[in-house]
Amino acid sequence: MAEDKESAEAIVSEVHKKIRAAFDVFDHEFNKTVDVREIGTIIRSLGCFPNEGELHDVIAERLTVNRAYVHEHREDNNGTYLTKQIEEEEPTGYIRFEKFLPTMTKVLMERKFRPIPEDLMLQAFEVLDKQKKGHLELEELTKYMTQEGEPFTQEEMEEMLSAAMDPDKNLIFYKDFVSMMTVDDPR
Amino acid sequence: MGAALLIQRWYRQYVARLEMRRRCTWNIFQSIEYAGEQDQIKLYNFFGYLMDHFTPASSERNLISHIFRENNICRNVDWERYFCYKSIEVPKLYSGPHLSFPITCSNAAELVEAFKNKQQLHSRYVLQLLGETWRLLRILPNISQISTCHSKEITICGDLHGHLEDLLLVFYKNGLPSSEKPYVFNGDFVDRGKDSLEILLILFSFLLVYPNDVHLNRGNHEDHIVNLRYGFTKEVLGKYRLHGKKILKLLQKIFSWLPLATVIDNKVLVLHGGISDTTDLHLISRVDRHKYVSALRPPKRKRQNRSGMTDSDLEDDDPTTKPVDSSRRRVHSLTHSSSTGTRHEVQRRSLQGLNNRVTCSVEEELKERRRQAGLSQSYGDLRNSLANSDSDPDSGELLESYGDEWKQIVDMLWSDPMPQDGCVPNEVRGGGCYWGPDVTEEVLQRHNLTLLIRSHECKQEGYEFCHNRRVLTIFSASNYYEVGSNRGYQANRATRALTLRQSVGRTERSALRALREKLFAHKSDLISSFQEYDPENTGLISLGHWACAMEAVLRLGLPWRVLRTQLVGDTLDGMLDYHLWFRELAITEPNTEVSLLETMYKHHSNLETIFRIIDTDNSGLISFEEFRQTWKLLSSHLQTEISDEAISDLAVSIDFNKDGSIDINEFMEAFRLIEKILGHIDYSYRPLSIGDHNNIMT
Repeated sequence: MAEDKESAEAIVSEVHKKIRAAFDVFDHEFNKTVDVREIGTIIRSLGCFPNEGELHDVIAERLTVNRAYVHEHREDNNGTYLTKQIEEEEPTGYIRFEKFLPTMTKVLMERKFRPIPEDLMLQAFEVLDKQKKGHLELEELTKYMTQEGEPFTQEEMEEMLSAAMDPDKNLIFYKDFVSMMTVDDPR
Repeated sequence: MGAALLIQRWYRQYVARLEMRRRCTWNIFQSIEYAGEQDQIKLYNFFGYLMDHFTPASSERNLISHIFRENNICRNVDWERYFCYKSIEVPKLYSGPHLSFPITCSNAAELVEAFKNKQQLHSRYVLQLLGETWRLLRILPNISQISTCHSKEITICGDLHGHLEDLLLVFYKNGLPSSEKPYVFNGDFVDRGKDSLEILLILFSFLLVYPNDVHLNRGNHEDHIVNLRYGFTKEVLGKYRLHGKKILKLLQKIFSWLPLATVIDNKVLVLHGGISDTTDLHLISRVDRHKYVSALRPPKRKRQNRSGMTDSDLEDDDPTTKPVDSSRRRVHSLTHSSSTGTRHEVQRRSLQGLNNRVTCSVEEELKERRRQAGLSQSYGDLRNSLANSDSDPDSGELLESYGDEWKQIVDMLWSDPMPQDGCVPNEVRGGGCYWGPDVTEEVLQRHNLTLLIRSHECKQEGYEFCHNRRVLTIFSASNYYEVGSNRGYQANRATRALTLRQSVGRTERSALRALREKLFAHKSDLISSFQEYDPENTGLISLGHWACAMEAVLRLGLPWRVLRTQLVGDTLDGMLDYHLWFRELAITEPNTEVSLLETMYKHHSNLETIFRIIDTDNSGLISFEEFRQTWKLLSSHLQTEISDEAISDLAVSIDFNKDGSIDINEFMEAFRLIEKILGHIDYSYRPLSIGDHNNIMT
């Protein structure tokens, strides 16, 4: 029993160290705080695959330092007053490590935001490739990425194209792209 | 649609990992670089301590004292004679640019073209140009005031650091400086890059042509002590073998006369480093800025001066230096306590008392000097120590004003912003402070300003706002660390020929190379640290322990666990064979004793700096006597015995080519031999602090 406890503690300790290491990379002033806008990068670099909405929830729910409450008063159908607290769109401020650590530990221990396996990625591209050409046109991919789901910014789109697109033909051979990206980073 | 969302989610994760790698690479470069800056300041403090520690036995004190101040008591007239270019002839074979004075804008443009074509300006013209620049700078105020009423736009250019291509690109995109195109160059023109001098010559020539439209702010690298370490001194001596020393001396004066800040439209403050909670522009505008030849050291103290007059006093006396705007200076001397008359009297009094005071209060003096030199101390303490100084009551006031002024200048040149409120000493750089958004608000409001523009920090995007957009950092030298590592503001925003992946890869490789070199240099310390975690000598340690040991020895503050994959290959069940690891890491294994080579490599840049400091006339050679005195000081400081005879013998034997003096290679070899005699010399001291058990000075 004692052994189990020890190994569990050891696991948690290792997780803590991993989180600390990633956090420190962005702690520019060495005072155990990071800009909230870098939290997404930190969480993802630890192997998690949240989408933007999930990221926002984690930050808003647990981590945001500054919260701006705006009260919205509305009458519902029964004439009762409803107050809704709407938080400010852009969370600002700094996240302290003490707050980040328990949240992130939970995320890692509960294996939230699991990685996306390569074959699923391939399928996703194939869905977009309606004509089953084996590649996507520049305009096609741009349209999907900038208008659907959680749209890319202009800069994100350019970045993806610079990595994914064959510049001579303006085509994205997604099979190669997916395997290149998945092999890239040994974890 | 689900598929799009999935792709976006996956791609964003990939970008985050890439960003993490890029950050780590960045941190590697920064930490290695800042470690260098800290060393520099430590070294400086070390010599300062040596200087103070000895009673004024003439020869020893003289050696060190003339490292820090000019030994020659010269008037400006004498300096002008020394710097005179007239006797230098330009040979007919010279194919570079010819300058005529007063310099015209076509001259300046010609100079730019010539440097673009890799030509070198003849030393005669260099000295002439620098001489004119010096004369102009002396009449400029500490803080330039400019307005945008004439031309709508002013271009502000950040750190150039000797990268001529960046300056050329700025000119290409923005146009050359002129009345319609005013510029502010915000310091750090020199060091690191290989064309520092060319950049200076270009900036100075435009300054001379358009003195009201070109403004230069001093940076922390416009400092001869910093230049010894970061390459500018070497560059000049390499390019101008005959007149390099003169040029450097003249540049020393020019640097000390560079204005400290620029204010635009009474609203925008532009300076190199930053501010602190005590920043007072009114005080700064009144200082004698040229007294601060190096921001690392407060100006010459009356006590040390043994001949009665500092040459700064004489400069004030000298009629040839009476500035055009003399009315302002006269007012300054009447109201400010350090007026010429008073200063002379005080000096004489303090000199008379010197001998008496030396014996009894040398300890207090030492403590105070140590505190002043130890920048790690809080500024509050510094203020207190100055106020409580039990020195001459009259010079007490002067000391306080010197300390105050000095702090202001160091803060302006060395500080960095931080996100949290408050103001704390800048431990990473070893000088200046970190200041927070509350300080920005307060200082800006107090001076009725709206924006602070500064440089000093390399920003990956080339620029960065902070403190609620009240502070803007701009940085011009693109590829500051490595090809593709950052995008210089005012340059290279458009060109992104490499994809993000490729650029990160290249930068990463060179950062890792630099890191590997450092690892190699610390190999024996690392091995012994690993062995502490391996009591049974299995040769294996866990990766967690590996990370701890790495940080304990190297103290670079790097995320070792994140970097692990790049540095460590295969592991057996999470255990690392560290001997094998080192064998794989080593590029070439030298035949000579590894420990000495390591030490040499570790201290190589320190040794080179020491050599250049001792070689005060920048001749590239040090005499036997200088060598002997230096070793004596060093060995007594390190509390080891070495006899005069032994050192003399050593000096003679080191002079391998028997030409009566020691050059840098012989010097390095000497260190290696001394190490054999004295055992391990540890240069990793820190500024004095009570109870610091690592400090070898106590």
